Amino acid sequence: MADDPYQVLGVAQGATPDAIKKAYRKLARAHHPDLNPGKPAAEARFKAVSAAHEILSDPDKRARFDRGEIDGAGQEQAPAGGYRRQAEEAAGARYGTAPPEGMFDDLLAEMFARQRPDGPRAGRDESYLLKVPFASAVMGATEELTLPDGRVLRVQIPPGVETGQVLRLRGQGGAGRQGGPAGDALIELDVAPHPVFRREGFDLRLDLPVTLREAVLGGAVEVPTPSGALRVTLPAGSDTGRQIRLRGKGVAGHGARAAGDLLLALRVVIGPPDAALEAFLRDWVPEHPQDPRAGLEAGR
Amino acid sequence: MMTIEMLCLRFAALTPEDLLHWIEEGHVRPDDQAGMLVFREIDVERVRLILELRDMLEVNEAALPVVLSLLDQLYALRRRLREAGIAVDETA
Repeated sequence: MADDPYQVLGVAQGATPDAIKKAYRKLARAHHPDLNPGKPAAEARFKAVSAAHEILSDPDKRARFDRGEIDGAGQEQAPAGGYRRQAEEAAGARYGTAPPEGMFDDLLAEMFARQRPDGPRAGRDESYLLKVPFASAVMGATEELTLPDGRVLRVQIPPGVETGQVLRLRGQGGAGRQGGPAGDALIELDVAPHPVFRREGFDLRLDLPVTLREAVLGGAVEVPTPSGALRVTLPAGSDTGRQIRLRGKGVAGHGARAAGDLLLALRVVIGPPDAALEAFLRDWVPEHPQDPRAGLEAGR
Repeated sequence: MMTIEMLCLRFAALTPEDLLHWIEEGHVRPDDQAGMLVFREIDVERVRLILELRDMLEVNEAALPVVLSLLDQLYALRRRLREAGIAVDETA
């Protein structure tokens, strides 16, 4: 049973030819199949609109329909939508002005990646921060890192690492999907500062307090180093600021890199008031009188 | 394959002047075979589309290139989507 052409075009029975034409154009614009390639329903709708217009635009056919002599099917027009079928195939490249190659490749890849959860995919790299004690960074150590998922990674810290350095543990990151390889764990190191040692490349610096007696007379003193206490013999007359280099007692060597040195800077400490010392100094006459402030005037 | 004469016989509303103008503007792109214009099926359907745009949908001369350009982009995208879909089927 064909539709009533008046209803298809949405016009009244007594509509003027002009109103019919207007209604038809409006619907044709909305439903032309070549302008609606993704909507199959548009084609059926367009055919119905065209058939209705075919009858109502012809005064003779319209009169016959009004008298009930023909039904709403009328006769069908030449099918529109032929261009759509051509343009969608390879032949359409003839008029394919756009888009340039690759313009949508990223979008498409994303869409299809989402649609294909069964392909093997590598796991993601996961980043972590690991606080490293000063001694571990200097001597090397194995530190444990507890991951958010409860796993514990044993991280080999080579000697000489610095804050900001990143260690990569292969295969310890996010799990791969469907046989894809796991990602890596990227571990950023945060080396704690030390209260007395300072790093300077692979050398270490230490301010070494000495008593007045040790400074004047020299002798053996105990010096802390990252690898344990060490007895060091101070030469006599070691003034404040004197530097002593302990070879190989800095940052431990690693591979071809030799160990750094530990540089001691002496600092004479007088200590609490001492009556004997005061009495001695009051009577003391220096062998070689000297002005330690000589040359300071030059800075004025 | 059609010549320009056959094409004008096929569409009553089409004049050779209109068609030559559209070819000049690049709206229709027939093959040139030894100096003779030859229209493939897609060209024939494109002429039908332009006629329908002009006569049925009242798209005027100025708006025609805009409409055609947007349509060309739409179909190019649909072709690429379809190709990508085929490529995915082949690798899946």
